[in-house]
Amino acid sequence: MSTQLTATELGRKIAAGDIKVQEAIDASCARIDANDEIYKAFLTLNEDVQTDIDRAEKMLTDGSAGPLTGVPVAIKDNISTDGLRTTCASKILENYIPPYDATVIERMKAAGMIVIGKTNLDEFAMGTSCENSAFFPSRNPWDPDRVPGGSSGGSAAAVAAEYVPLSLGSDTGGSIRQPASLCGIVGFKPTYGRVSRYGLVAFGSSLDQIGPFARSVEDAAAISNVISGHDANDATSQPDSQIKLNGLKDGSLKGLKIAIPKQLFGEEIEEGVRHVIAQNIKTLEQDGATVTEIDLPSINYGVTTYYIIAPAEASSNLGRYDGVRYGPRIDADGHIEAFSATRGSLFGKEVKLRIMVGTYALSAGYYDAYYHRAQQVRGLMAQEFERAYQEYDVIMSPSSPGVAFPVGGIQDQMALKLLDLCTIPANMGGFPSISLPSGLSEGLPVGLLLNGPVNGDERLLQISYAVEQALGFDKRAPMP
Amino acid sequence: MSISLDEVRHVAKLARLELNEDELVDFQGKLNALLGHFEDIQGLDVSNQAPKPHAVSMINVLAEDIARPGIPRERGMANTADSKAGLFIVPTIIEE
Repeated sequence: MSTQLTATELGRKIAAGDIKVQEAIDASCARIDANDEIYKAFLTLNEDVQTDIDRAEKMLTDGSAGPLTGVPVAIKDNISTDGLRTTCASKILENYIPPYDATVIERMKAAGMIVIGKTNLDEFAMGTSCENSAFFPSRNPWDPDRVPGGSSGGSAAAVAAEYVPLSLGSDTGGSIRQPASLCGIVGFKPTYGRVSRYGLVAFGSSLDQIGPFARSVEDAAAISNVISGHDANDATSQPDSQIKLNGLKDGSLKGLKIAIPKQLFGEEIEEGVRHVIAQNIKTLEQDGATVTEIDLPSINYGVTTYYIIAPAEASSNLGRYDGVRYGPRIDADGHIEAFSATRGSLFGKEVKLRIMVGTYALSAGYYDAYYHRAQQVRGLMAQEFERAYQEYDVIMSPSSPGVAFPVGGIQDQMALKLLDLCTIPANMGGFPSISLPSGLSEGLPVGLLLNGPVNGDERLLQISYAVEQALGFDKRAPMP
Repeated sequence: MSISLDEVRHVAKLARLELNEDELVDFQGKLNALLGHFEDIQGLDVSNQAPKPHAVSMINVLAEDIARPGIPRERGMANTADSKAGLFIVPTIIEE
């Protein structure tokens, strides 16, 4: 069945005429119809998918097709899609229909890719389990009683459930890599500024980055090539930033220098996860890599730093939801009362809490102790990693401290926030980071996180390809 | 550092969030738990450390001053709860 193919395999078969675009999309939709009552990856399906199919077929006829023409893709519902509802899984945007496409969407359409629908997330991407969606929690294809991770849980589940070979998520503190880990697939956060954020609903603007979920490194590289590159509509977009790889080369790991920070192998990490990663390390050493334990003490402050900076930026970014330009409005006596009533009743609990944290951290008298200090710690953290990259090719750790947990299984807010421990440094430093499926613990997937230096995306993908081959993980979610 | 119920009320006002009493009490507990956790960076010596506001810093990003077509007004306004004659209706700010 075509839904089991990787994106590049499917693209090749479509280009060769072995599979029609319509067949590929029908197969995808049939699989969603048959399973998504259980897994709930999607919030909205694209009713106008025929427009994308027609465009792809035209490209195949007129010779303008590319390697991913005709390939279906699912989109996290905080990325704007022209004419297609974009909710951020929030009541405050429940009926919002964007009047334009995000740059990444424009580029995927220009490459002939098919937007199949919009996926569930923690409201405004704030969460680590997809349970903060205002609509419903998504489920993990490996076990429907468990979470798919978050915040891009729907996009991760859609790829793991083999609805689509590719999806897009956004990553502010780990929201691509952590769910990729929990769902047994590849999740890639490129260097900040290499993929345009234009059209991504802002959460923490200095941290947010769009990136792909895939079932292989080759696919992650292929879609990164399509969506990356300079965009004048995003002032933080880097010039000449397209991620270009002329095919991934088979390579041994001989001579590869891997660092493992001891701070990410402590008691915060579940024993089963530690065991899998230890096996991975052995495999990579047998293949010629050297693995060295290093000390990066600033990692211990990552969660605190993140939970000051991200809410501070969010408290400002989410100021635009006042019921005037979009969303429902709740009227009250006076304009401040109307804004407050609208926001108070339509934002979910976690979003309100983070707005409160951010407002407090930025308020007079507390700014220096929290926001300013957190930015200094962020500088410290980035420098520690930069120094390590001068000596090592990659910095490696588990992607998530644990495997997928039962829906409702973690109630302690701090425990949920600690799930970002391994992934936060890459957002702080802006460097590229990828989670690869690397083994099973208690029958559930474990992810291996590889970090590389800023703008080392191509090399990180090349190394990841070699690591993927060395690990040989080929398990798929045990679904019907 | 801990935060009183009145301070929670004040922050909610600054944040333009109408919260009921139960929510205020709940957020007081949660904020205090988080602030307790945030104590861990207070002891760090960062006196010589420059703050890092951006992931990858860019300086003077300029665009050519060329007019480009924007989103048509009717599409830009299609999501508003209330409009009149092509204008957003906002809650009354200045009384007559």
